[in-house]
Amino acid sequence: MTENKKGTLTKKAKKEKVSSPTSGFRVIVREVVKDKIALTAFILIVLILLLTFGGSLFLNADKVSETNIIDAYYSWGTAGHFLGTDDGGRDIVNLLIMGSRNSILIGLGVTVICESVGLLVGLISGYYGGYIDAVIMRIVDFIQVLPAMPIEIVLVSVIPHYTPLNLVLIISFFGWTSTARYFRAFVLSQRERDYVLASKTSGSSDLKIMFREVLPNITSMVIIDVVLMIAGNIGIETTLEYIGYGLPPTIPSLGTLIGFANDPVNVVSRPWLWLPATILLLVISLSINYVGRALSRAGDARQREN
Amino acid sequence: MWKTVLRRILIMIPQLIILSILVFFLAKMMPGDPFSGQINPNTDPKQIEALKRAAGLYDPVPVQYARWVGNLFKGDLGTSYIQHVPVTSLIADRAVNTFWLSLFSTVISYSIAIPMGISAGRHQDEWQDQAVQIFNYITLAVPPFVFYILGIWLFGFTLGWFPISGSISPNASGFWGTLGSEIYHIILPGTLVALITTTSVVQYLRTGIVDNKVEDYVRTAHSKGVPEKVVFNKHILRNSLLPIASSFGTVITGLLSGSMIVESVFSYPGMGKLFLDSIGQRDYTTLTALILIFGFLTLLGNLLSDIIMSIVDPRIRIK
Repeated sequence: MTENKKGTLTKKAKKEKVSSPTSGFRVIVREVVKDKIALTAFILIVLILLLTFGGSLFLNADKVSETNIIDAYYSWGTAGHFLGTDDGGRDIVNLLIMGSRNSILIGLGVTVICESVGLLVGLISGYYGGYIDAVIMRIVDFIQVLPAMPIEIVLVSVIPHYTPLNLVLIISFFGWTSTARYFRAFVLSQRERDYVLASKTSGSSDLKIMFREVLPNITSMVIIDVVLMIAGNIGIETTLEYIGYGLPPTIPSLGTLIGFANDPVNVVSRPWLWLPATILLLVISLSINYVGRALSRAGDARQREN
Repeated sequence: MWKTVLRRILIMIPQLIILSILVFFLAKMMPGDPFSGQINPNTDPKQIEALKRAAGLYDPVPVQYARWVGNLFKGDLGTSYIQHVPVTSLIADRAVNTFWLSLFSTVISYSIAIPMGISAGRHQDEWQDQAVQIFNYITLAVPPFVFYILGIWLFGFTLGWFPISGSISPNASGFWGTLGSEIYHIILPGTLVALITTTSVVQYLRTGIVDNKVEDYVRTAHSKGVPEKVVFNKHILRNSLLPIASSFGTVITGLLSGSMIVESVFSYPGMGKLFLDSIGQRDYTTLTALILIFGFLTLLGNLLSDIIMSIVDPRIRIK
């Protein structure tokens, strides 16, 4: 984060504020559009989403994962398969589309749960403080020192009738704590602000203060955290999938494709299996994170105005 | 000082107890028991039942838990269902490899991160700083295993500079031969891990330097006429290096949790690889023991972090 840049952003934002009072969200959007790289990253994300989610509409999930050993290991550009086929004769392009859609969906699902739980816990913990806060924070501390990935792997392999929802819940169990901690710290700093005290004095209920007054003040932080968290969760999902403990085996994911790199033969002579997926994951992670960071810079600029 | 350390250790005790209960129930959830590996068509099911009863598998859960904890204190983590050897010896073999890999990456990581952090903080907003920021952004954004795969593909397979699996070459002999071969196997995975773990140290150091630059004591030093170089090295740097000491514990925990991925990509026979192998073979005693060890080491890493922090920063002690 460059201090100078922040300064100029603040100035710019101030100038605009004089002409027309804008909402926080619009300031953020404008800052992102101004940043050319962030805009490119954003367009990339939209394109990937359109291709994967749009493309998956034209694909039959059962057909994509149907195996046909005769067509196995076609190289790129042969027999009408643009990126070749895998060990079961499945088309890599189709697998990429379905796989990234699934990985993104899992990432989104985990993020929705973690953000909701984390936000709620953070609000309660930060707003009430004292005893409640101490108890909640000890629990958060404890979950954070647990070895997340080994436990996730064990749970994935012992749960009977394992479904994608199980995976979302398992990852979420470890994921909400950092969000809760992040929002708690911020709510704690808002607790003694005049607007909260004024609202309390005028008899507003705690719930109203938390959700109608404190929450709107942290919306920009929520947006930033959501964006960064989606990227992080896609990373966790693909990592688990890569070592073989993600979604049920019949459901394709970016990680399963990258997992072909576990076999030295594939690494050397069949790069079409894993290289496109690896590059796609690289592009997805880099773009989402860049947009997230641009948002947080813009958020800082807005924060300074207040 | 000792009070803080003592209090911090006392906090760890309930955490340890809850961890052990959690691991115990996780173990109970796993299918199989010590005898499932020994059953063949000729064994009498009644005999197995008797054996199970004798081993206390039908005792009340609290009794089983107490016995399990008692065994832990005796250093007995159970016997592997699959390999039929004590889990402790199985893990000890692998732990040595993980230890060397972690040590190597820690040393490399700090020796890259400190110069990076210093140059980013000193040349704030100049090209050095921007280069470091870009590097940090990339290593933070992309899941580590992507770097490992690209690294092993490029340097292991394509260029053939480094071995692609194992911790030692089978035909290495003699003290120096063995040592050389071991180091040769560690270089690629160790360096890749090191590059990825630099982020937190670099950020701590950079922020520290940037913040300290504008402190009053620095202005005082400047106005006293202390040369620029001395102000930076003796005043700013010394104060900014303190917080990175505390990141040591976190770095260690990060290495442990990351060991599984890197060892899996490089087929490096460490604890992480053992964990993945055990889950593949459904060797649940080994799994349970490993989760317990991972959890314990994470707790220890955090403890270390807090203790170092309280040593370098007296303000924390007073609180």
